[in-house]
Amino acid sequence: MKIHEYQAKEILKKYGLPTPKGVACFSVEDAVTAARGIGGKSWVLKAQIHAGGRGKAGGVKVATSLDQVKQYAGQILGMRLVTHQTGREGRIVKRLLVEEGADIKKEFYVGMLVDRVSQRVILIASSEGGTEIEEVAAATPEKIHKVLVDPVSGLNSSDAKEMARKIGIPDGIVNRACDLLICLYQAFDETDASLAEINPLVVTGNGQLLAVDAKMNFDDNALYRHPDIAAMRDLDEEDPAEIEASKHDLSYISLDGNIGCLVNGAGLAMATMDIAKLYGGAPANFLDVGGGASTEKVTEAFKIMLKNPKVKAVLVNIFGGIMKCDVIAEGIVAAVKQVHLNVPLVVRLEGTNADTGKKILAASKLPITSASNMADAAQKAVAAANRN
Amino acid sequence: MAILINKNTRVMTQGITGKTGQFHTRMCRDYANGGNCFVAGVTPGKGGQDFEGIPVFDTVREAREKTGATVSVIYVPAPFAAAAIDEAVEAELDLVICITEGIPARDMIRTRYKMRDKKTVLIGPNCPGVITPDEIKIGIMPGHIHKKGRVGVVSRSGTLTYEAVGQLMEQGLGQSTCVGIGGDPVGGFKHIDVMKMFHEDPNTDAVIMVGEIGGTDEEDCARWIRDNMQKPVVGFIAGVTAPPGKRMGHAGAIISGGKGTAQEKLAVMEECGIKVTRNPAEMGKLVKSVL
Repeated sequence: MKIHEYQAKEILKKYGLPTPKGVACFSVEDAVTAARGIGGKSWVLKAQIHAGGRGKAGGVKVATSLDQVKQYAGQILGMRLVTHQTGREGRIVKRLLVEEGADIKKEFYVGMLVDRVSQRVILIASSEGGTEIEEVAAATPEKIHKVLVDPVSGLNSSDAKEMARKIGIPDGIVNRACDLLICLYQAFDETDASLAEINPLVVTGNGQLLAVDAKMNFDDNALYRHPDIAAMRDLDEEDPAEIEASKHDLSYISLDGNIGCLVNGAGLAMATMDIAKLYGGAPANFLDVGGGASTEKVTEAFKIMLKNPKVKAVLVNIFGGIMKCDVIAEGIVAAVKQVHLNVPLVVRLEGTNADTGKKILAASKLPITSASNMADAAQKAVAAANRN
Repeated sequence: MAILINKNTRVMTQGITGKTGQFHTRMCRDYANGGNCFVAGVTPGKGGQDFEGIPVFDTVREAREKTGATVSVIYVPAPFAAAAIDEAVEAELDLVICITEGIPARDMIRTRYKMRDKKTVLIGPNCPGVITPDEIKIGIMPGHIHKKGRVGVVSRSGTLTYEAVGQLMEQGLGQSTCVGIGGDPVGGFKHIDVMKMFHEDPNTDAVIMVGEIGGTDEEDCARWIRDNMQKPVVGFIAGVTAPPGKRMGHAGAIISGGKGTAQEKLAVMEECGIKVTRNPAEMGKLVKSVL
């Protein structure tokens, strides 16, 4: 689960990290009030969306008067912000963070995430703050330093100090940087984060540390034990079809194509998208109906897929294990009768009770094309979508 | 013969009294030699009961002491599953197969740390389990689609694995052991660990490895294969069309920071001498072509 920069800063502040004075705003009026309240002579106005690259795309502006705050807030709120991470359609900005301007002397990068190879949390730090860490990794990998964190004793203070020194934190504040890193790990660990990034971590003109930008992602599997974090979810940042699907316990990801896919199992669902593309088609979505698909779930899955105006054909690929093909066939028939199916439907059933399932589909007299294997199913679906 | 499990393995089910535990214990007991293999269940507080004749114990240790079971399969719900793995490791079981999906990564990091010097092997979590066809199945896979043979199968997926097995059957090829290692980013055996076992197994002539986007598991295994494996290995990677940054069902199936793409995995595998296909309908034919 993703959250906004201002929410990440709220969390980090609770864990003792230094963050700029700032207020999340939803209107131009809010922004002006916030700037007045913060005081000072300059403010940074930052579009709040769940994607990076906002600055380059015009979503971050520095104002040096309240008039400018008003002007820039008006430009940013409601704008369609397109960054290299949002996709072509971009995002409508509904939230704005107004912060005191920072006197930036030097920028660093610090981040934490789960390292799959060592199966530990890893701390990554670099003297090259303010740039995307992947670019640094590509261009100057020697400027990236890493240390693994012990899951029982936490981030070791001598490791933290060494990291601070390695990346060039001034001697006088190495101890404070060490504390900051240890607090960052605590925040990461206690909130079940999957990513916690401060980029840039800044040393200011008067020698203070400041987390000028912050990003935190959370482990979806752990949200059940963090209702406060789950409450930070911003539905405006999510695809409506994906939101609808999650309500029915369906795993769904929107894609760009015109072949709707419905499959049982994530690996098989990805393979189904892949084979559709291989035969010249374009998948419209990833959809894993899971191991216990009832008629209701199958019906909801069809409804969600068919709401997408791009869908020109539907491909159902089921390998029944515990899930029986006759149950899924009954679900498909009921679903098709309930929704207004006006696109070709190709169904491939394999595994437990496949023959019974195929008979049910045939007996329904519905316009369902049966396929004998994955290749056959994909070819038929692609042909149907191209004809349509 | 075969790897990890065979007809003489004795298994306990942790979470046996739950709906899922009951259903799958029944199915496994009724498959091949399962009636002799599934000898115990564990549900804290339900010790002394029995599930259709299988005695239930309060603890893993007691179940092991009383029945000699050295392998456990876990159907415990996600909030408690890592603790169930911990208990099995502390009781010094040989093998733990954790089916449960949805365990927080932080819990698995701690569990893996605690077991780092212990002998217990972990398969999973979020996996369909392991089957040595016509001998024993431990997990949720449909037994009837499998047949004893000499092809090893190792996969992160569930139904995509069954698809691979179905295709092997079409080619007249049976399986030595099929291992579902699961779809989570932090867990037990990876492709490389299973591959090493297939390498040593006199009953396995060739291996198919099925992977997906996310992590570097397949690449690490490929390099080991290049340097060590004497038997032919073929592969398929799901997710060539997956968009970056999105979790594709499995917690571990995500392209992060440009890393973990299917294309990269396929390229490394091919460089290491593994025949691959980009067509999931051709997995069976691919295996046949190397035998």
